[in-house]
Amino acid sequence: MANGHFIEGIAGGRLSSEQYTDNFSDLHPPLDHHEALVESDRCYFCYDAPCMNACPTSIDIPLFIRQIATGNPLGSAKTIFDQNILGGMCARVCPTETLCEEVCVREVAEGKPVQIGRLQRYATDVAMSEGKQFYKRAEPTGKTVAVVGAGPAGLAAAHRLARHGHDVTILEARPKAGGLNEYGIAAYKSVDDFAQAEVDYVTSIGGIDIQNGKALGRDFQLGDLMRNYDAVFLGMGLGGVNALRAEGEDADGVANAVEFIAELRQASDLSSLPVGRRVVVIGGGMTAIDAAVQSKLLGAEEVTICYRRGQEHMNASEFEQDLAAANGVTIRHWLQPKRVIAENGKVSAIELEYTAMNGDKLAGTGETLRLNADQVFKAIGQSFVPAHLNGSAEAIELEGGRVKVDAEGRTSLAKVWAGGDCIFGGDDLTVSAVAQGRDAAESIHRALASNGRA
Amino acid sequence: MADIRNNFIGIKSPNPFWLASAPPTDKAYNVERAFKAGWGGVVWKTLGEEGPPVVNVNGPRYGAIWGADRRLLGLNNIELITDRDLQTNLREMKQVKMNWPDRALIASIMVPCVEESWKAILPLVEETGADGIELNFGCPHGMSERGMGSAVGQVPEYIEMVVRWCKQYTRMPVITKLTPNITDIRKPARAAHAGGTDAVSLINTINSITGVDLDSFAPQPTIDGKGSHGGYCGPAVKPIAMNMVAEIARDPETHGLPISGIGGITTWRDAAEFMALGAGNVQVCTAAMTYGFKIVQEMIAGLENWMDEKGHVSLSDIIGRATPNVTDWQYLNLNYVAKAHIDQDACIKCGRCHIACEDTSHQAITSMVDGVRHFEVIEAECVGCNLCVNVCPVEGCITMEPLAAGVLDQRTGKPVSPIYANWTTHPNNPMAKVAAE
Repeated sequence: MANGHFIEGIAGGRLSSEQYTDNFSDLHPPLDHHEALVESDRCYFCYDAPCMNACPTSIDIPLFIRQIATGNPLGSAKTIFDQNILGGMCARVCPTETLCEEVCVREVAEGKPVQIGRLQRYATDVAMSEGKQFYKRAEPTGKTVAVVGAGPAGLAAAHRLARHGHDVTILEARPKAGGLNEYGIAAYKSVDDFAQAEVDYVTSIGGIDIQNGKALGRDFQLGDLMRNYDAVFLGMGLGGVNALRAEGEDADGVANAVEFIAELRQASDLSSLPVGRRVVVIGGGMTAIDAAVQSKLLGAEEVTICYRRGQEHMNASEFEQDLAAANGVTIRHWLQPKRVIAENGKVSAIELEYTAMNGDKLAGTGETLRLNADQVFKAIGQSFVPAHLNGSAEAIELEGGRVKVDAEGRTSLAKVWAGGDCIFGGDDLTVSAVAQGRDAAESIHRALASNGRA
Repeated sequence: MADIRNNFIGIKSPNPFWLASAPPTDKAYNVERAFKAGWGGVVWKTLGEEGPPVVNVNGPRYGAIWGADRRLLGLNNIELITDRDLQTNLREMKQVKMNWPDRALIASIMVPCVEESWKAILPLVEETGADGIELNFGCPHGMSERGMGSAVGQVPEYIEMVVRWCKQYTRMPVITKLTPNITDIRKPARAAHAGGTDAVSLINTINSITGVDLDSFAPQPTIDGKGSHGGYCGPAVKPIAMNMVAEIARDPETHGLPISGIGGITTWRDAAEFMALGAGNVQVCTAAMTYGFKIVQEMIAGLENWMDEKGHVSLSDIIGRATPNVTDWQYLNLNYVAKAHIDQDACIKCGRCHIACEDTSHQAITSMVDGVRHFEVIEAECVGCNLCVNVCPVEGCITMEPLAAGVLDQRTGKPVSPIYANWTTHPNNPMAKVAAE
């Protein structure tokens, strides 16, 4: 153990360099050839397979697994990419335990699903390592589409549009493409710079121009896009972070979990990344887990997740909760933040109030608990920031604070489609964003093909 | 992209995957579903003569053997030919062929072994627009007791006779389906060839009992306490079928006779192997009956992908490519020397290679070296038999490494000869044609 482990406050260099490497290695190491064959042999090739129906992108899972079993990993990868061009990342980050693998008939029968996610990674890794491209662009249509945001939804939309022969310009606010795949996923789920490798793989089809550092509302306006392009796809995700609404939350040492996760992913030297000795994470979703586990892996001595409802209400899957527990994170329930306590402007503790259900309403009980902390992460959800859309064009219709779309991804504006986390009714999953981007692209393509301009 | 369109004796189909004559092709409903799923053709389940149709048992028709995880390895059946009225089948066949003009539709036929019966049914079948007929000389149960099916297929003279009738009474191409329940498959193939058949298809099912209930002491499948032998098919029969296909493909008397390969084909690879041995296309049944018609998607994509990877442009690039490499034992090169090699990094130290070699073969693998559990080939003892490779649970861990010419074979103490020499010239062979060396 490096000397830094018990330094008070927020500090870097808590671990030895070997520990950093070890802690942030691949969470699920890839299956080797033999393991993939043995695992694929477990698939029953179900009829109307529950796994396929549970996949937001409807990948033909029995077929791709059978193709692995029969020694055709490239064919398998094509089966995956036909439905989900970001199948490589989804294989890594999908909560398979609540999607395909949860409904696998072997999970139901034996509690041991076919490891669909790892098999998907096996097949897509083969294709990507060989640089195998399965799709050619159609003849150029001369149509142009602007895509706002280079996250999963935007990339999926761009790829499908490029396939149909349209020219796509992606405008991305951040310095790198990938969206949450690049900035929002725990480092141990996407090692070896996979998100950028995938962006390169997706864009190598051609006809996709990614412009980084271009933010909607700052560097360009929606109205401009509507004038200058034949169609627009909005996939800018969620720009806002929900506040704790706890007294003193602006103290030094209180930070947004999403920013911490992003910073960690971009860090070239993990030992330079400071983390508290005692960390409290407020929230109950994947972001809370990612922030808590990574704090622990960076060498924090004590990490506690506080969630205001019970274990069964947490958005983080059971697998994620177990992962946190296995890494030494404590998860406490029925606690909501009340007051951040600071000394000399820096966080020293957080006061929480116990909660209980009062009828259907959650309410504080009045009893409080104080946890010492030198760092507090807020992970109680993100919100859509509509302000960037307004002013330059007719106001876009919102629903539940996010962009309202129909089944095809059409917004209230004639030439504008949207998908991913910024739309209402999604489930904030990478794989759902891919499905929405892909389907909106098909809708855009139909519109462009039928009347020239959307 | 490789072109997998198939032209088999003038019958065209978008791919070489046909469904064999069997329950999956008994009705328009099934065949329509098969074509929708992508199958290139079907051989309609065997038609019998006009009149009251045959009846099937009303208990279990199938028996099976499985792997430990219930993977179906072999299936046997005691079902007979179609138990539906001839006219119904003919009407449906005509409609299906009209609906799917690009797919192959073959009528399987089995009528009594008299000229009038064949003469009567052929025009009726021809009228449906079927692309060809397949003579069912293979069914090994029930029908054979009535002088049909394998009862015909086991007598080459009958085969030749019936094929002649068919060639005489119809313009449709004739495929003769052979039974494997015979000692030398070349004999019925030659007879069919002599009768003028356009092609042979094989294998039909193998006489079998899949199991015995040890409480009731009844063979399975059991009908009211009794069982009869059924016809065995599925993955387990593939090696037997492939040998028979190769035998016919390389027999000078039947070489070039088109073959439709059948027997345990489950994946694209199985199909490619049959075609490499000389089959012009393949027929599938058990795999579809196990997994549904959708499996053809894997077969199509897998075959195309493999052909693309290897640079094969069309099926003619692969059909029969392995046939010249199938030979008699006496022509194998006795100067070829290979030794097993164990990859120590891959070895999981289960010891199966050692005990197989120690107990049952040549004592050529260590179990302990310097007091440590260690499995290594003793080259001075290794005859290169390949048993260790086959019993090793780790793919690629044990490999057979050929010794280059001139290298000392530690077992014989002699350098490996660069000269091809087989048994026909070996000094130990009392019938040797020419003395070696």
